Amino acid sequence: MFRKVLASTALAAAVTLAVQPVAHAGKANDELVWSTNREATVADPYYNNTRELVIIGNTVWDGLLFRDLKTGEFVPLLAKSYKWIDNLTIDFELRDDVKFHDGSSFGPEDVVYTVKHVSNKDNGVLTFKNVSWMKDAEKTGANSVRIHLHEPFPAALAYFAQAVFVMPEGHYDSAASTADGKKQYGAVAPVGTGPYKITNVVAGDRIEMVKNDNYMKNGPKGQPSIGKLTFRTLKEMNTQIAELLTGGVDWIWDVPKDQAEKLKDSGRATVTNAKTMRVSYIAFDVDGDSGEPAFKNKKVREAVAHAINRQSIVENLVGPASVVIDSACHPDQFGCTQDVKKWDYDPAKAKALLKEAGYEKGLTTDIYAYRQREFTEAVIGDLANVGIQANLKFMQYRALRDLVWKGTTPLHQMTWGSNSIPDVSAITSHFFAGGRDDPAKDPKVAAALKIADTSVDPEVRKAKYKEALGIISSELYWLPMFTYAKYYAYGSEVDFTPTPDEIPRFYTAKWK
Amino acid sequence: MLIYAVKRLSVALLVALTVSLLTFSMIYLSGDPAMALAGEAATQADIENIRRVYGYDQPIYVQYFGWLGNALTGDLGQSHYLNSPVSEVIFTRLPVTMILGASALSFGLLLAIPLGVLAAMRPNTILDRFALGLAVIGQALPSFWFALIMIFFFGVALRWLPITGSDSWLNFVMPSIALGYYITPAVMRLTRAGMIEVLSSDYIRTARAKGLRPSVVLFKHALRNAIIPVVSLAAVQFGFMLGGSIVIETIFAINGLGQLAWESILRADLPMMQAIVLVLSCIYIILTLVADILNAFLDPRIRVS
Repeated sequence: MFRKVLASTALAAAVTLAVQPVAHAGKANDELVWSTNREATVADPYYNNTRELVIIGNTVWDGLLFRDLKTGEFVPLLAKSYKWIDNLTIDFELRDDVKFHDGSSFGPEDVVYTVKHVSNKDNGVLTFKNVSWMKDAEKTGANSVRIHLHEPFPAALAYFAQAVFVMPEGHYDSAASTADGKKQYGAVAPVGTGPYKITNVVAGDRIEMVKNDNYMKNGPKGQPSIGKLTFRTLKEMNTQIAELLTGGVDWIWDVPKDQAEKLKDSGRATVTNAKTMRVSYIAFDVDGDSGEPAFKNKKVREAVAHAINRQSIVENLVGPASVVIDSACHPDQFGCTQDVKKWDYDPAKAKALLKEAGYEKGLTTDIYAYRQREFTEAVIGDLANVGIQANLKFMQYRALRDLVWKGTTPLHQMTWGSNSIPDVSAITSHFFAGGRDDPAKDPKVAAALKIADTSVDPEVRKAKYKEALGIISSELYWLPMFTYAKYYAYGSEVDFTPTPDEIPRFYTAKWK
Repeated sequence: MLIYAVKRLSVALLVALTVSLLTFSMIYLSGDPAMALAGEAATQADIENIRRVYGYDQPIYVQYFGWLGNALTGDLGQSHYLNSPVSEVIFTRLPVTMILGASALSFGLLLAIPLGVLAAMRPNTILDRFALGLAVIGQALPSFWFALIMIFFFGVALRWLPITGSDSWLNFVMPSIALGYYITPAVMRLTRAGMIEVLSSDYIRTARAKGLRPSVVLFKHALRNAIIPVVSLAAVQFGFMLGGSIVIETIFAINGLGQLAWESILRADLPMMQAIVLVLSCIYIILTLVADILNAFLDPRIRVS
């Protein structure tokens, strides 16, 4: 009898559990599930600087401006209009029909509060350079604000569009304190004005969002179409692909080229290769700080530049949307010119240059890298063909950057995404204005960049950036390699268009 | 017995302390935590500011002893990366890892013990070789590969099982098999060896001579004695399952402690990493301690020695 009862109970439990519905993404549920291998642990774009929060930031929050990707222009978003008063002051007229997700009205007090909070160093905004150029803000009318800058910053419009998200007044005031008195600003429940609102955050697992039915009308972002949007962390690419094939997720990216091509051939997903703002470069130890004097000699740097077949890497490893670059910036950024000294693939010339430099028997060195090992292995293969034996030191980003700052890397291949800011100041000025990332600390370059970064005349900026980029290229402080391209894969029901700045606009996605 | 337990506990605490110190040092050796927190596009000024605001500008020993002092009072600290109390995050994620560990262990034992018994009943026969082969395959297969193969067959091709998550018991089937299969050889060999020894002992011969049914002799008299060392091994293996579930949790997107540990290493989340190591060490130590005491309880010779 007891055995019978036990067996019946076990059977009932099994049946009950077996028929539990497993949540599925897709058109039928009006839920678009997108997945990456990174965790989104804090749902606040100021206190989590992963790419995922850049995407969610643009989905859940709005900035004062918006970058129209078709024209490249900055158009008003939360603002109705803007006007530079002088090089250090900008006025915004604000929309009066915008509501936050909690139902409160948006107004100038919110902008003032946000600017004051994020520009205060002590509040610990993680990517402080995104906001540090703002000095203060003041309300100038019922629907207007004035923002003061520390110094002329012509790239401000790009940051207003992509990095300065407006929070409601008093948003961070409710942040809990830790035992040592530190405020946990990132733990405050997220409230924005954007096309989607966050409804649930499961740290490290998912962030769930629903369509904001009260989103502003006639705004440049348009109206969201899909009812629910869920971000899921799936660390393993094979798992992501398996979930995409079985309908567990609708959208993934960063798919390796070989797997992307197989997916495309299978016809079970839409696969697209699209460009990003990220570039790859090789930096040389031009001062010999690493103990390897070879790269002080410009002829050796030229030999390296001629030895590497960048076009082949682009075609065979990166993807069709990638292009070789000659300049230390992304071609889509304001002020970036490719009209600089070019270093063609010419192994014979590379060997001759090595001989001239006194390395006719070859050279052995270390090359450091942290991302896409196969790209650096291709570089190593090319270098070996001309007699340069480069030993790969592959490590975590933060460990490598520490070594770069200490000057102990003779050669390193790294990448830079510019935070998707479409302005040369976000890359060239970062690396060549004399800071710790600057491999050469060339005063001529730094001087040209200083003028370009602070001038409000676009033509002056372009001319000075060109001057700086020309020196960097001709002196070969960097060998710019190529722009990155990403493979996206998404379900055949999803109507999605990749964008070139690595910020997918899910609020424009629709079901077919 | 009490003195024995106190001695074992003292050693266990020293081990936990040493492990925490080593972890702290190793994480610092792998790079600057302020740089990890600041992210890839951070400037030098950003990193310096984070170092100041989040307290990473203090000497390492000050940070360590500060953490240790708080930990002794029950405060495991704050994760700057997660903006949450460390203990809260750990105890949110621990249950799912415990479920995975327990189900993997159950699978491993359910496979290994019958295999061990079968092998012992017919030693050095084809059956014995088959059982051994099946178990050894479990140890030889890389768990990530085995997991991906299962995903392909049961998740993608047949669609019998969900691939990721931890929403229902079905989510734990593939991860438990992938994780549990690995412990099969050790348990199976121990069961086999114990059973062979016990089956040749006098009291089993007596039981058989009394005319007891073979199944009663095997399960009631022989297995009950042969399985004692397996109990202590299982306790240790459970600790291994908890600490070693990183790969499996990653592949099946199970939001547990293993995945949290891996992420914490990558982002140099010092308080989180320290706390995870401490918690896992404590669990492991408790399990080992329980196993030791259990063995001593079951076998008086251990107590005396």
